[in-house]
Amino acid sequence: MNTLLHVGTRKGLFLIERSAGKWRIVQISHAGVSVPMLLPDARDVTLYAAVEHGHFGTKLHASADDGATWEERAVPVYPPKAEGEEDIMDPMRQKPVPRTLEKIWALEAGGLGEPGVLWCGTIPGGLFKSADSGRSWEIVRSLWDNPARKKWFGGGADWPGIHSVCVDPRDSRHVTIAISCGGVWTTRDSGATWEVLGKGLVSDYMPPELAGQPESQDPHRIVACPAAPDCMWMQHHNGIFFSDDAGANWRRITEAGPSVFGFSVAVHPAEPHRAWFVPGVKDEMRIACDGAVCVTETRDAGKTFAVHHAGLPQEHAYHIAYRHCLDVADDGRTLAFGSTTGSLWVSEDIGESWQRISAELPPIYCVRFSKGR
Amino acid sequence: MPRVCFTANLARQTAAPECVVAGDTVADTLAAVFESTPTLRGYVLDDQGALRKHVAVFIDGECIRDRISLTDSVRESSQIFVMQSLSGG
Repeated sequence: MNTLLHVGTRKGLFLIERSAGKWRIVQISHAGVSVPMLLPDARDVTLYAAVEHGHFGTKLHASADDGATWEERAVPVYPPKAEGEEDIMDPMRQKPVPRTLEKIWALEAGGLGEPGVLWCGTIPGGLFKSADSGRSWEIVRSLWDNPARKKWFGGGADWPGIHSVCVDPRDSRHVTIAISCGGVWTTRDSGATWEVLGKGLVSDYMPPELAGQPESQDPHRIVACPAAPDCMWMQHHNGIFFSDDAGANWRRITEAGPSVFGFSVAVHPAEPHRAWFVPGVKDEMRIACDGAVCVTETRDAGKTFAVHHAGLPQEHAYHIAYRHCLDVADDGRTLAFGSTTGSLWVSEDIGESWQRISAELPPIYCVRFSKGR
Repeated sequence: MPRVCFTANLARQTAAPECVVAGDTVADTLAAVFESTPTLRGYVLDDQGALRKHVAVFIDGECIRDRISLTDSVRESSQIFVMQSLSGG
Protein backbone atom coordinates (compact mmCIF):
# COMPACT_ATOMS: atom_id res chain seq x y z
CA MET A 1 0.00 0.00 0.00
CA ASN A 2 1.26 3.44 -0.93
CA THR A 3 -0.06 6.95 -0.47
CA LEU A 4 -1.48 8.22 -3.73
CA LEU A 5 -2.47 11.74 -4.61
CA HIS A 6 -5.34 12.35 -7.03
CA VAL A 7 -5.63 15.79 -8.59
CA GLY A 8 -8.71 16.88 -10.56
CA THR A 9 -8.09 19.81 -12.89
CA ARG A 10 -9.64 21.88 -15.64
CA LYS A 11 -8.05 19.52 -18.17
CA GLY A 12 -7.97 16.06 -16.68
CA LEU A 13 -7.26 13.90 -13.65
CA PHE A 14 -3.67 13.36 -12.57
CA LEU A 15 -2.29 10.57 -10.39
CA ILE A 16 0.78 11.44 -8.35
CA GLU A 17 2.80 8.76 -6.62
CA ARG A 18 5.82 8.82 -4.33
CA SER A 19 8.57 6.54 -5.47
CA ALA A 20 12.31 6.59 -4.77
CA GLY A 21 11.79 9.58 -2.48
CA LYS A 22 10.16 11.75 -5.14
CA TRP A 23 6.56 12.61 -5.99
CA ARG A 24 5.89 12.11 -9.69
CA ILE A 25 2.94 12.42 -12.02
CA VAL A 26 2.45 8.85 -13.20
CA GLN A 27 -0.89 8.92 -15.00
CA ILE A 28 -3.46 11.21 -16.61
CA SER A 29 -7.09 10.18 -17.09
CA HIS A 30 -9.88 12.03 -18.91
CA ALA A 31 -7.27 14.21 -20.60
CA GLY A 32 -8.64 17.53 -21.80
CA VAL A 33 -11.86 17.28 -19.80
CA SER A 34 -12.68 19.07 -16.57
CA VAL A 35 -12.65 16.95 -13.39
CA PRO A 36 -14.16 19.09 -10.62
CA MET A 37 -14.66 16.39 -8.00
CA LEU A 38 -13.12 13.11 -6.86
CA LEU A 39 -13.80 10.46 -4.27
CA PRO A 40 -11.33 7.73 -3.39
CA ASP A 41 -13.71 5.40 -1.52
CA ALA A 42 -11.59 3.60 1.09
CA ARG A 43 -14.32 1.02 1.73
CA ASP A 44 -13.85 -0.81 -1.55
CA VAL A 45 -10.93 1.11 -3.07
CA THR A 46 -13.08 2.52 -5.87
CA LEU A 47 -12.01 5.87 -7.27
CA TYR A 48 -14.88 8.06 -8.48
CA ALA A 49 -14.42 11.07 -10.74
CA ALA A 50 -16.95 13.67 -11.85
CA VAL A 51 -16.11 14.42 -15.47
CA GLU A 52 -17.57 17.65 -16.83
CA HIS A 53 -17.74 18.01 -20.59
CA GLY A 54 -18.12 21.54 -21.86
CA HIS A 55 -20.74 20.48 -24.38
CA PHE A 56 -22.12 17.16 -23.19
CA GLY A 57 -22.63 17.70 -19.47
CA THR A 58 -21.38 16.11 -16.29
CA LYS A 59 -20.74 12.37 -16.08
CA LEU A 60 -19.60 10.10 -13.26
CA HIS A 61 -16.91 7.51 -13.80
CA ALA A 62 -15.59 4.83 -11.45
CA SER A 63 -12.27 2.99 -11.46
CA ALA A 64 -11.25 -0.15 -9.60
CA ASP A 65 -7.57 0.28 -10.48
CA ASP A 66 -6.67 3.79 -9.28
CA GLY A 67 -7.65 5.37 -12.56
CA ALA A 68 -5.98 3.05 -15.08
CA THR A 69 -9.38 2.06 -16.49
CA TRP A 70 -12.84 3.59 -16.02
CA GLU A 71 -16.49 2.62 -16.21
CA GLU A 72 -19.24 5.21 -16.62
CA ARG A 73 -21.84 5.26 -13.84
CA ALA A 74 -25.07 7.26 -13.56
CA VAL A 75 -25.31 10.93 -12.70
CA PRO A 76 -27.91 12.57 -10.47
CA VAL A 77 -30.97 13.74 -12.41
CA TYR A 78 -33.20 16.51 -11.07
CA PRO A 79 -36.91 15.77 -10.75
CA PRO A 80 -39.27 17.46 -13.22
CA LYS A 81 -41.54 20.23 -12.01
CA ALA A 82 -44.80 18.73 -10.80
CA GLU A 83 -48.16 20.05 -12.02
CA GLY A 84 -48.85 23.28 -10.14
CA GLU A 85 -45.48 23.31 -8.40
CA GLU A 86 -43.90 26.75 -8.15
CA ASP A 87 -40.34 27.43 -9.14
CA ILE A 88 -37.87 28.29 -6.39
CA MET A 89 -36.40 31.67 -7.23
CA ASP A 90 -32.81 32.62 -6.47
CA PRO A 91 -33.51 35.60 -4.19
CA MET A 92 -30.60 37.72 -5.44
CA ARG A 93 -31.30 37.22 -9.15
CA GLN A 94 -35.05 36.61 -9.09
CA LYS A 95 -34.63 33.83 -11.61
CA PRO A 96 -35.91 30.27 -11.16
CA VAL A 97 -33.27 27.84 -9.95
CA PRO A 98 -32.93 25.36 -12.83
CA ARG A 99 -33.58 21.64 -12.49
CA THR A 100 -30.62 20.46 -14.46
CA LEU A 101 -27.26 19.26 -13.22
CA GLU A 102 -24.57 21.85 -13.68
CA LYS A 103 -21.77 20.54 -11.49
CA ILE A 104 -20.96 17.74 -9.09
CA TRP A 105 -19.42 19.72 -6.24
CA ALA A 106 -19.29 17.16 -3.43
CA LEU A 107 -18.89 13.40 -3.44
CA GLU A 108 -18.53 11.45 -0.20
CA ALA A 109 -18.81 7.87 0.97
CA GLY A 110 -21.48 6.75 3.40
CA GLY A 111 -20.53 4.94 6.59
CA LEU A 112 -18.44 1.80 6.90
CA GLY A 113 -21.60 -0.20 7.59
CA GLU A 114 -23.37 0.91 4.42
CA PRO A 115 -21.24 -0.23 1.47
CA GLY A 116 -22.16 1.38 -1.81
CA VAL A 117 -23.85 4.40 -0.21
CA LEU A 118 -22.63 7.67 -1.71
CA TRP A 119 -23.66 11.27 -1.14
CA CYS A 120 -23.43 13.83 -3.91
CA GLY A 121 -23.81 17.59 -3.61
CA THR A 122 -24.46 19.60 -6.74
CA ILE A 123 -24.95 22.96 -8.34
CA PRO A 124 -27.76 23.94 -8.42
CA GLY A 125 -28.40 23.16 -4.76
CA GLY A 126 -29.20 19.43 -4.91
CA LEU A 127 -28.25 16.66 -2.52
CA PHE A 128 -28.44 13.16 -3.98
CA LYS A 129 -27.90 9.73 -2.48
CA SER A 130 -26.92 6.46 -4.14
CA ALA A 131 -27.27 3.05 -2.54
CA ASP A 132 -25.47 1.20 -5.34
CA SER A 133 -22.09 2.86 -5.85
CA GLY A 134 -23.39 5.50 -8.21
CA ARG A 135 -25.33 3.22 -10.55
CA SER A 136 -28.50 5.13 -9.65
CA TRP A 137 -29.27 8.26 -7.63
CA GLU A 138 -32.21 9.75 -5.78
CA ILE A 139 -32.59 13.38 -4.86
CA VAL A 140 -33.03 14.01 -1.15
CA ARG A 141 -36.53 15.45 -1.42
CA SER A 142 -36.74 16.56 2.19
CA LEU A 143 -34.04 19.12 1.47
CA TRP A 144 -35.05 19.96 -2.11
CA ASP A 145 -38.63 20.64 -0.94
CA ASN A 146 -37.60 22.55 2.19
CA PRO A 147 -39.14 26.04 2.00
CA ALA A 148 -35.94 27.53 3.43
CA ARG A 149 -34.30 26.78 0.07
CA LYS A 150 -35.89 30.03 -1.13
CA LYS A 151 -33.23 31.84 0.91
CA TRP A 152 -30.29 30.09 -0.79
CA PHE A 153 -28.41 31.91 -3.53
CA GLY A 154 -25.34 31.50 -5.69
CA GLY A 155 -21.94 32.44 -4.33
CA GLY A 156 -19.22 32.45 -6.96
CA ALA A 157 -21.37 30.19 -9.13
CA ASP A 158 -24.66 31.46 -10.55
CA TRP A 159 -26.73 29.07 -8.42
CA PRO A 160 -26.43 27.75 -4.87
CA GLY A 161 -24.21 24.70 -4.54
CA ILE A 162 -23.62 21.95 -1.98
CA HIS A 163 -19.87 21.51 -1.66
CA SER A 164 -19.26 19.80 1.70
CA VAL A 165 -20.79 16.58 3.04
CA CYS A 166 -19.55 15.31 6.42
CA VAL A 167 -20.72 11.80 7.34
CA ASP A 168 -20.34 11.15 11.08
CA PRO A 169 -18.08 8.07 11.47
CA ARG A 170 -19.86 7.23 14.75
CA ASP A 171 -23.33 7.23 13.19
CA SER A 172 -23.71 7.41 9.43
CA ARG A 173 -27.31 8.61 9.75
CA HIS A 174 -25.84 11.89 10.99
CA VAL A 175 -24.76 13.91 7.96
CA THR A 176 -23.86 17.59 7.90
CA ILE A 177 -23.63 19.58 4.68
CA ALA A 178 -22.60 23.09 3.71
CA ILE A 179 -23.97 25.26 0.92
CA SER A 180 -22.66 28.36 -0.86
CA CYS A 181 -24.79 30.22 -0.08
CA GLY A 182 -27.27 28.38 2.10
CA GLY A 183 -25.53 27.72 5.41
CA VAL A 184 -24.96 24.47 7.27
CA TRP A 185 -27.62 21.78 7.48
CA THR A 186 -27.69 18.52 9.38
CA THR A 187 -29.75 15.34 9.44
CA ARG A 188 -29.70 12.67 12.12
CA ASP A 189 -32.01 10.28 10.27
CA SER A 190 -30.18 9.67 6.98
CA GLY A 191 -31.80 12.64 5.29
CA ALA A 192 -35.45 12.22 6.26
CA THR A 193 -35.44 15.52 8.18
CA TRP A 194 -33.05 18.48 8.24
CA GLU A 195 -32.18 21.27 10.62
CA VAL A 196 -30.24 24.40 9.77
CA LEU A 197 -27.28 25.07 12.07
CA GLY A 198 -24.93 27.95 12.54
CA LYS A 199 -25.27 30.05 15.68
CA GLY A 200 -22.36 32.47 15.70
CA LEU A 201 -21.83 32.59 11.94
CA VAL A 202 -21.74 36.10 10.50
CA SER A 203 -22.14 37.27 6.90
CA ASP A 204 -20.63 40.70 6.49
CA TYR A 205 -21.96 40.86 2.91
CA MET A 206 -25.62 40.80 4.02
CA PRO A 207 -27.62 43.77 5.31
CA PRO A 208 -26.75 44.10 9.03
CA GLU A 209 -30.10 42.82 10.23
CA LEU A 210 -29.62 39.60 8.23
CA ALA A 211 -25.92 39.05 8.98
CA GLY A 212 -26.64 36.23 11.42
CA GLN A 213 -29.34 34.53 9.34
CA PRO A 214 -28.18 30.90 9.11
CA GLU A 215 -29.66 30.19 5.65
CA SER A 216 -27.70 32.94 3.91
CA GLN A 217 -24.26 32.06 5.23
CA ASP A 218 -21.50 31.28 2.77
CA PRO A 219 -19.37 28.52 4.24
CA HIS A 220 -16.71 28.02 1.58
CA ARG A 221 -15.81 24.64 3.04
CA ILE A 222 -16.42 22.62 6.21
CA VAL A 223 -14.51 19.60 7.48
CA ALA A 224 -14.93 17.45 10.59
CA CYS A 225 -12.09 15.77 12.47
CA PRO A 226 -12.35 11.98 11.85
CA ALA A 227 -11.25 11.19 15.42
CA ALA A 228 -13.53 13.79 17.03
CA PRO A 229 -16.31 14.54 14.53
CA ASP A 230 -18.04 17.09 16.75
CA CYS A 231 -15.06 19.35 16.07
CA MET A 232 -15.66 21.11 12.76
CA TRP A 233 -13.69 23.76 10.94
CA MET A 234 -15.12 26.20 8.46
CA GLN A 235 -13.48 28.51 5.98
CA HIS A 236 -16.27 31.02 5.53
CA HIS A 237 -16.57 33.89 3.07
CA ASN A 238 -16.00 36.20 6.02
CA GLY A 239 -13.34 34.34 7.94
CA ILE A 240 -12.56 31.18 9.87
CA PHE A 241 -14.99 29.54 12.30
CA PHE A 242 -14.63 26.59 14.70
CA SER A 243 -17.33 24.45 16.30
CA ASP A 244 -16.90 21.79 18.99
CA ASP A 245 -20.55 20.79 19.09
CA ALA A 246 -21.12 19.38 15.60
CA GLY A 247 -21.89 22.71 14.01
CA ALA A 248 -24.55 24.00 16.40
CA ASN A 249 -22.40 26.90 17.63
CA TRP A 250 -19.45 28.51 15.89
CA ARG A 251 -16.66 30.68 17.23
CA ARG A 252 -15.30 33.32 14.87
CA ILE A 253 -11.53 33.54 14.56
CA THR A 254 -10.41 36.99 13.61
CA GLU A 255 -6.61 36.65 13.59
CA ALA A 256 -4.95 33.95 11.50
CA GLY A 257 -1.67 35.19 10.07
CA PRO A 258 -1.90 37.41 7.01
CA SER A 259 -5.63 36.91 6.39
CA VAL A 260 -8.69 34.95 7.49
CA PHE A 261 -10.03 34.82 3.91
CA GLY A 262 -9.69 31.73 1.76
CA PHE A 263 -11.60 28.77 0.39
CA SER A 264 -10.04 25.58 1.71
CA VAL A 265 -9.44 24.01 5.10
CA ALA A 266 -8.03 20.67 6.24
CA VAL A 267 -8.20 19.24 9.76
CA HIS A 268 -5.70 16.83 11.27
CA PRO A 269 -7.19 13.31 11.31
CA ALA A 270 -6.43 12.76 15.01
CA GLU A 271 -5.98 16.24 16.51
CA PRO A 272 -9.25 18.18 16.26
CA HIS A 273 -7.72 21.51 17.28
CA ARG A 274 -5.16 21.37 14.48
CA ALA A 275 -6.12 22.72 11.04
CA TRP A 276 -4.57 24.29 7.96
CA PHE A 277 -5.70 27.04 5.60
CA VAL A 278 -4.41 28.65 2.39
CA PRO A 279 -5.24 32.35 2.76
CA GLY A 280 -5.98 34.99 0.14
CA VAL A 281 -6.30 38.72 0.67
CA LYS A 282 -10.06 39.07 0.89
CA ASP A 283 -13.30 38.38 -0.95
CA GLU A 284 -12.82 41.22 -3.42
CA MET A 285 -9.09 40.54 -3.83
CA ARG A 286 -8.73 36.84 -4.50
CA ILE A 287 -4.97 36.57 -4.71
CA ALA A 288 -2.23 35.48 -2.30
CA CYS A 289 -1.35 38.07 0.35
CA ASP A 290 1.50 40.37 -0.78
CA GLY A 291 2.17 38.08 -3.74
CA ALA A 292 3.56 35.47 -1.31
CA VAL A 293 1.93 32.06 -0.96
CA CYS A 294 1.63 30.64 2.54
CA VAL A 295 -0.19 27.99 4.56
CA THR A 296 -1.50 28.91 7.99
CA GLU A 297 -1.79 26.37 10.78
CA THR A 298 -3.38 26.36 14.19
CA ARG A 299 -2.77 23.69 16.82
CA ASP A 300 -4.88 25.23 19.56
CA ALA A 301 -8.34 25.57 18.02
CA GLY A 302 -7.57 28.95 16.51
CA LYS A 303 -6.06 30.79 19.48
CA THR A 304 -2.73 31.12 17.63
CA PHE A 305 -1.57 30.50 14.06
CA ALA A 306 1.78 29.62 12.53
CA VAL A 307 2.49 30.87 9.02
CA HIS A 308 4.42 28.49 6.78
CA HIS A 309 6.32 29.88 3.78
CA ALA A 310 9.14 27.35 3.30
CA GLY A 311 9.18 26.02 -0.23
CA LEU A 312 6.35 28.30 -1.40
CA PRO A 313 6.88 31.17 -3.87
CA GLN A 314 7.30 34.52 -2.12
CA GLU A 315 7.44 37.01 -4.98
CA HIS A 316 4.77 37.86 -7.53
CA ALA A 317 2.84 34.68 -6.80
CA TYR A 318 -0.93 35.01 -7.10
CA HIS A 319 -2.10 31.48 -6.42
CA ILE A 320 -5.45 30.73 -4.82
CA ALA A 321 -6.44 27.28 -3.58
CA TYR A 322 -10.09 26.51 -4.25
CA ARG A 323 -12.28 24.86 -1.62
CA HIS A 324 -11.47 21.22 -2.43
CA CYS A 325 -7.79 21.80 -3.12
CA LEU A 326 -6.17 21.17 0.28
CA ASP A 327 -5.99 17.70 1.80
CA VAL A 328 -4.17 15.85 4.55
CA ALA A 329 -3.38 12.13 4.33
CA ASP A 330 -4.44 9.65 7.01
CA ASP A 331 -0.90 9.71 8.44
CA GLY A 332 -1.48 13.29 9.61
CA ARG A 333 1.96 14.27 8.25
CA THR A 334 1.52 14.47 4.49
CA LEU A 335 -0.43 17.39 3.04
CA ALA A 336 -1.01 18.67 -0.46
CA PHE A 337 -2.61 21.68 -2.07
CA GLY A 338 -3.13 22.84 -5.62
CA SER A 339 -3.73 26.26 -7.08
CA THR A 340 -5.85 28.01 -9.65
CA THR A 341 -2.68 28.66 -11.63
CA GLY A 342 -1.74 25.00 -11.84
CA SER A 343 0.88 24.54 -9.15
CA LEU A 344 0.78 21.52 -6.87
CA TRP A 345 2.67 21.34 -3.58
CA VAL A 346 3.22 18.53 -1.09
CA SER A 347 4.44 18.73 2.51
CA GLU A 348 5.87 15.72 4.32
CA ASP A 349 6.40 17.48 7.65
CA ILE A 350 2.89 18.38 8.77
CA GLY A 351 2.73 21.52 6.67
CA GLU A 352 5.92 23.24 7.80
CA SER A 353 7.73 23.03 4.46
CA TRP A 354 6.55 22.37 0.93
CA GLN A 355 7.90 21.04 -2.36
CA ARG A 356 6.37 21.95 -5.69
CA ILE A 357 5.47 18.83 -7.65
CA SER A 358 4.49 20.77 -10.76
CA ALA A 359 3.93 24.34 -11.86
CA GLU A 360 2.55 23.25 -15.21
CA LEU A 361 -0.80 21.68 -14.39
CA PRO A 362 -4.12 23.09 -15.55
CA PRO A 363 -6.15 25.04 -12.94
CA ILE A 364 -6.64 22.65 -10.01
CA TYR A 365 -10.14 21.91 -8.68
CA CYS A 366 -9.75 18.96 -6.32
CA VAL A 367 -6.90 17.31 -4.40
CA ARG A 368 -7.40 14.04 -2.51
CA PHE A 369 -5.12 11.45 -0.96
CA SER A 370 -5.87 7.74 -0.98
CA LYS A 371 -4.10 4.60 0.07
CA GLY A 372 -4.68 3.07 -3.34
CA ARG A 373 -5.14 -0.62 -3.97
CA MET B 1 -36.65 6.96 -42.56
CA PRO B 2 -34.53 9.85 -41.24
CA ARG B 3 -30.81 9.34 -40.79
CA VAL B 4 -29.16 10.62 -37.58
CA CYS B 5 -25.43 11.42 -37.35
CA PHE B 6 -23.45 12.59 -34.35
CA THR B 7 -20.34 14.70 -34.09
CA ALA B 8 -17.21 12.57 -34.00
CA ASN B 9 -16.31 14.32 -30.72
CA LEU B 10 -19.12 12.42 -29.05
CA ALA B 11 -17.76 9.07 -30.14
CA ARG B 12 -14.65 9.80 -28.07
CA GLN B 13 -16.82 9.76 -24.95
CA THR B 14 -19.60 7.25 -25.60
CA ALA B 15 -21.09 5.10 -28.34
CA ALA B 16 -22.76 7.39 -30.90
CA PRO B 17 -23.22 5.43 -34.12
CA GLU B 18 -24.93 6.87 -37.18
CA CYS B 19 -28.37 5.30 -37.47
CA VAL B 20 -31.61 5.26 -39.41
CA VAL B 21 -34.72 5.38 -37.23
CA ALA B 22 -38.41 6.25 -37.51
CA GLY B 23 -39.78 9.55 -36.26
CA ASP B 24 -41.91 12.57 -37.19
CA THR B 25 -40.21 15.04 -34.87
CA VAL B 26 -36.74 15.55 -33.42
CA ALA B 27 -38.04 14.25 -30.09
CA ASP B 28 -39.42 11.03 -31.65
CA THR B 29 -36.32 10.44 -33.69
CA LEU B 30 -33.85 10.96 -30.86
CA ALA B 31 -35.98 8.83 -28.52
CA ALA B 32 -35.74 6.01 -31.05
CA VAL B 33 -31.96 6.43 -31.20
CA PHE B 34 -31.64 6.38 -27.40
CA GLU B 35 -33.55 3.11 -27.18
CA SER B 36 -30.50 1.32 -28.51
CA THR B 37 -27.90 3.66 -26.97
CA PRO B 38 -29.39 4.81 -23.64
CA THR B 39 -26.16 6.32 -22.27
CA LEU B 40 -26.04 8.71 -25.23
CA ARG B 41 -29.21 10.49 -24.06
CA GLY B 42 -27.49 12.33 -21.20
CA TYR B 43 -24.80 13.62 -23.54
CA VAL B 44 -27.33 15.25 -25.86
CA LEU B 45 -30.26 16.16 -23.59
CA ASP B 46 -30.37 17.66 -20.11
CA ASP B 47 -32.21 16.39 -17.02
CA GLN B 48 -35.56 17.69 -18.30
CA GLY B 49 -35.21 16.42 -21.86
CA ALA B 50 -34.24 19.73 -23.45
CA LEU B 51 -31.28 20.01 -25.78
CA ARG B 52 -28.09 20.68 -23.82
CA LYS B 53 -27.08 24.32 -23.80
CA HIS B 54 -24.00 23.77 -25.95
CA VAL B 55 -25.35 21.11 -28.30
CA ALA B 56 -26.94 21.98 -31.65
CA VAL B 57 -29.16 19.91 -33.95
CA PHE B 58 -29.50 20.53 -37.69
CA ILE B 59 -32.21 19.06 -39.89
CA ASP B 60 -31.26 19.16 -43.58
CA GLY B 61 -28.90 22.04 -42.93
CA GLU B 62 -31.27 24.12 -40.77
CA CYS B 63 -30.81 24.61 -37.04
CA ILE B 64 -33.84 23.40 -35.06
CA ARG B 65 -36.03 26.07 -33.44
CA ASP B 66 -37.54 24.25 -30.47
CA ARG B 67 -34.67 23.31 -28.19
CA ILE B 68 -36.96 22.61 -25.20
CA SER B 69 -39.58 20.15 -26.45
CA LEU B 70 -37.85 19.20 -29.74
CA THR B 71 -41.07 19.52 -31.77
CA ASP B 72 -39.45 20.45 -35.11
CA SER B 73 -40.74 18.19 -37.89
CA VAL B 74 -38.60 15.57 -39.53
CA ARG B 75 -39.25 14.22 -43.04
CA GLU B 76 -38.83 10.66 -44.21
CA SER B 77 -35.69 11.64 -46.12
CA SER B 78 -34.22 14.03 -43.53
CA GLN B 79 -30.60 14.07 -42.45
CA ILE B 80 -30.28 15.02 -38.78
CA PHE B 81 -26.91 16.14 -37.52
CA VAL B 82 -26.17 16.43 -33.78
CA MET B 83 -23.15 18.64 -33.22
CA GLN B 84 -21.47 20.65 -30.52
CA SER B 85 -21.88 24.40 -30.58
CA LEU B 86 -18.73 26.44 -30.64
CA SER B 87 -19.87 27.86 -27.31
CA GLY B 88 -19.13 25.90 -24.17
CA GLY B 89 -15.80 24.50 -25.23
